[in-house]
Amino acid sequence: MAVAEVLERIGYTVDFPEAQTCCGQPAFNTGYREEARQVARHFLEVFRHADYVVVPSGSCASMITHHFADLFHKEPYWLEQTRRLEPRVWEFSRFLLEVARVEDVGARFPHLVTYHDSCHALRWLGIKQGPRRLLWKVRGLRLREMEPAEECCGFGGTFAVKFAELSGSIARTKLDTIRQTGAEVVVSVDSSCLLQIRGALSRAGVPIRTMHLAEVLAHR
Amino acid sequence: MPREYILHKTRTALGRSVGQPPAPPPPVRMRLAELDIEARIQLFLEQIEKLAGKTRLACLHAEACAYLETLLAGAPAVASNAPFLRHCGITRLPSVRTGFTDAAELRAACATAHFGITSADYALADTGTLVLLSSSQEARLISLLPPVHVAVAPREKILTGLDELLALLPQPAAQTSSMVLITGPSRTADIEQILVRGVHGPGEIHVVVV
Amino acid sequence: MMASYQQKIRHTLDDPRLQSAIYAASGRLMDHRSHAVAPAALPDFQELRTQANLIKKHAIENLDYYLQQFESNLTSHGGRVIYARDGSEVVSFLVGLAQDKQARLVVKSKSMTTEEIELTDRLQHNQLETVETDLGEFIVQLAGERPYHIVAPALHKTRYDVAELFSQRLGVEREVVPEKQTKIARSVLRRKFLAADIGLTGANFLVADPGAVVLVENEGNIRLTTTAPRMHVAVAGIEKIIPRAQDLAVFLKLLGRSATGQPLSVYTSFLCGPRRPSEIDGPEEFYVVLLDNGRTKLLGDREKRQSLYCIRCGACLNHCPVYRKIGGHNYPWTYSGPIGAILTPQFQGVMQAPWLPFASSLCGACAEVCPVKIDIPKLLLELRSEVKKAEARERQGRLERLGFRLWAWVMRHPRIYEMLGLTAAAVLASQESNGCLRQPPAVLNRGPLRAWFSQRDLPALPERSFRQAWRTRARVTRD
Repeated sequence: MAVAEVLERIGYTVDFPEAQTCCGQPAFNTGYREEARQVARHFLEVFRHADYVVVPSGSCASMITHHFADLFHKEPYWLEQTRRLEPRVWEFSRFLLEVARVEDVGARFPHLVTYHDSCHALRWLGIKQGPRRLLWKVRGLRLREMEPAEECCGFGGTFAVKFAELSGSIARTKLDTIRQTGAEVVVSVDSSCLLQIRGALSRAGVPIRTMHLAEVLAHR
Repeated sequence: MPREYILHKTRTALGRSVGQPPAPPPPVRMRLAELDIEARIQLFLEQIEKLAGKTRLACLHAEACAYLETLLAGAPAVASNAPFLRHCGITRLPSVRTGFTDAAELRAACATAHFGITSADYALADTGTLVLLSSSQEARLISLLPPVHVAVAPREKILTGLDELLALLPQPAAQTSSMVLITGPSRTADIEQILVRGVHGPGEIHVVVV
Repeated sequence: MMASYQQKIRHTLDDPRLQSAIYAASGRLMDHRSHAVAPAALPDFQELRTQANLIKKHAIENLDYYLQQFESNLTSHGGRVIYARDGSEVVSFLVGLAQDKQARLVVKSKSMTTEEIELTDRLQHNQLETVETDLGEFIVQLAGERPYHIVAPALHKTRYDVAELFSQRLGVEREVVPEKQTKIARSVLRRKFLAADIGLTGANFLVADPGAVVLVENEGNIRLTTTAPRMHVAVAGIEKIIPRAQDLAVFLKLLGRSATGQPLSVYTSFLCGPRRPSEIDGPEEFYVVLLDNGRTKLLGDREKRQSLYCIRCGACLNHCPVYRKIGGHNYPWTYSGPIGAILTPQFQGVMQAPWLPFASSLCGACAEVCPVKIDIPKLLLELRSEVKKAEARERQGRLERLGFRLWAWVMRHPRIYEMLGLTAAAVLASQESNGCLRQPPAVLNRGPLRAWFSQRDLPALPERSFRQAWRTRARVTRD
């Protein structure tokens, strides 16, 4: 909802096609390409006529822009649909900066915040400075970087359950890094990372909050 | 026959036929920096010091020789047959043995020597590297067996870096069976990641540029 | 019932000393690398990576040509090239050579390729004493174990382990200082170097023109191995080929920096054959064994053959969040880390260790640091798909497959999706102040949910779904 609020605030008309469900990534990542294709075709149909598709998730956006082509490399019709849709698909922070060309969305959030670079956004979509520029313009917000930065949270989709202990161990290392910043809130552009981090923080009894970038930007 | 089998399987896997010429390779990519000789010498000496090597810039051959004499302090040393070492007078120093042409004798001498003295065919400034080609003038074990390696090199041999070396010497095999690039003293961090110098090769190196 | 690989992983995760050793060592290597490839130190790093990828692609795609060029050039300098289809042929060659030349002692430098074919063990079996000379490998050989890491084989050993090992196996007095331990190894191994008949190495690169073996090291054991004994044998996978000596300008800049952060390793040896008549020392005989062992099979896959570009720097290991937790011994084969995860299934078949391609969070750090730009995450995804296809053929994993079929069906029916979402929200509602569930309802506490909750809490779904909120908002705006 925060995504919609921010976009409307800067002047866009937002539509939420209710027929949408998923980009297919969970099946694709687990090796079930046929099932992923079925879901991906549905996605392409639903969003066929959108001017822009704004995606509040780095991993979903990269699934669409990087992996749909892999899925449909033997199906010319769907490959064509992918090619047509792909330039209109934008991860949320990149949409704000590169399409809407705004850095200041009039937000206010007077807290100490640290930003988690979600792996897909960082490495597949080149998202690093963007969210930070947006956060710098939030009134009252203080940003402190993690050291080391850019470490995976350990979610990895089905990895989190197939290799639960390993995933948990990686998450706990991430928690240590987060705690060392002294931040009150961890912000990311990917809900899967936030799910993992929040779940780990809660289990460890650590009162740090997690928020999606959009939620911070929606704050007044 | 293994050879035919492997070549055949390779060709089949790649969809190539017998005797098919290769596709054009990517062009050779080398960056040749333009550093003048003084800059090169400075950089070279700095890099060696960073690697815990000791350096000396000598203006005269005699100066180089004097440095060696002090350094050796009469301890047994083996020097290569490089004419440059003779020009500097190093081969005449009391504890220095040279002129080896027999591998077994050389090995025995190196095994007990404290110092191994060589010249250098080239040097690379940007990494502090010595380049030694095996030849009748330079035996391989001299810079390898004794615990201290001393290299005495004429300044003109110092190149900017690896790219320049490979540009000058695109076919090392034409001249030698062994070209070795030496960048600092032998080292390891295999035990608890703690840095230790002088594992199998020399633990100490001195470079004198004349 | 936990699978054995899960038990091994758990065992490693539960060992704090090991955890800290792996994490610290890989962290240090990461740091050193990042300084060495920073724009200030190496401004054209990214360009070099692109170039390295192109050169390797070309070499691999024309491999038959370059193998023959290598062979012909090396032979013209007095060397001999032997082709071996598998480990047994390598062993036969070496045993035959040793018999012919009355050789009894082999000194050996670190080589993953020889580990792959278990060469040391097989030679010892054939009464050929074979001594590892790289300090880390020497330690690991004394302990009878596999190396832990491509670049740091004895990562998992403390100085006390080493002291114990040396005093027991070498009969020396117990010594715990690493500098002194190194000196002990130096003197023990020096005797071996000078007495050995055969020096056995791998190869970092095989240069087709002019026909040379390039070896890179810090200790000096490779130089000794390739100089002192009268015969040098280099065993290398056929994929090690690069076309020209001048290509080393690209690869040598990438290898040292990616592996340990060094602009150049201490010793780089460029060896073109046995010693020439005018030279004073060096081996009299020079052999290169070109090993297939399944590489020709990998060549056949256009997408996955890039796995063969690997120059064995170990950077992917050091940056992998999974490797940094489980270390080298949890990987089923010689090659560990991300590169191991893509090589093992291709060499051994996906069903040998079907879990391996899934043991990754797909974070992409490996691809980011790979000097030859192997797209490891993409290959992992392909291998996962191959595992599922193989499982379907063998009628395994039916429940999971059914689950995903159902999932895909739901995802194509948005109203059902919404309904299920509302149900889930009701079932997984939380009473906790922070909005998270500490454990699932008992009846659901199995399978993936149980696995999730074993490690983390689960944020509850909001009472009102997004769609409900959206519709309300739309009504409000209208009215």
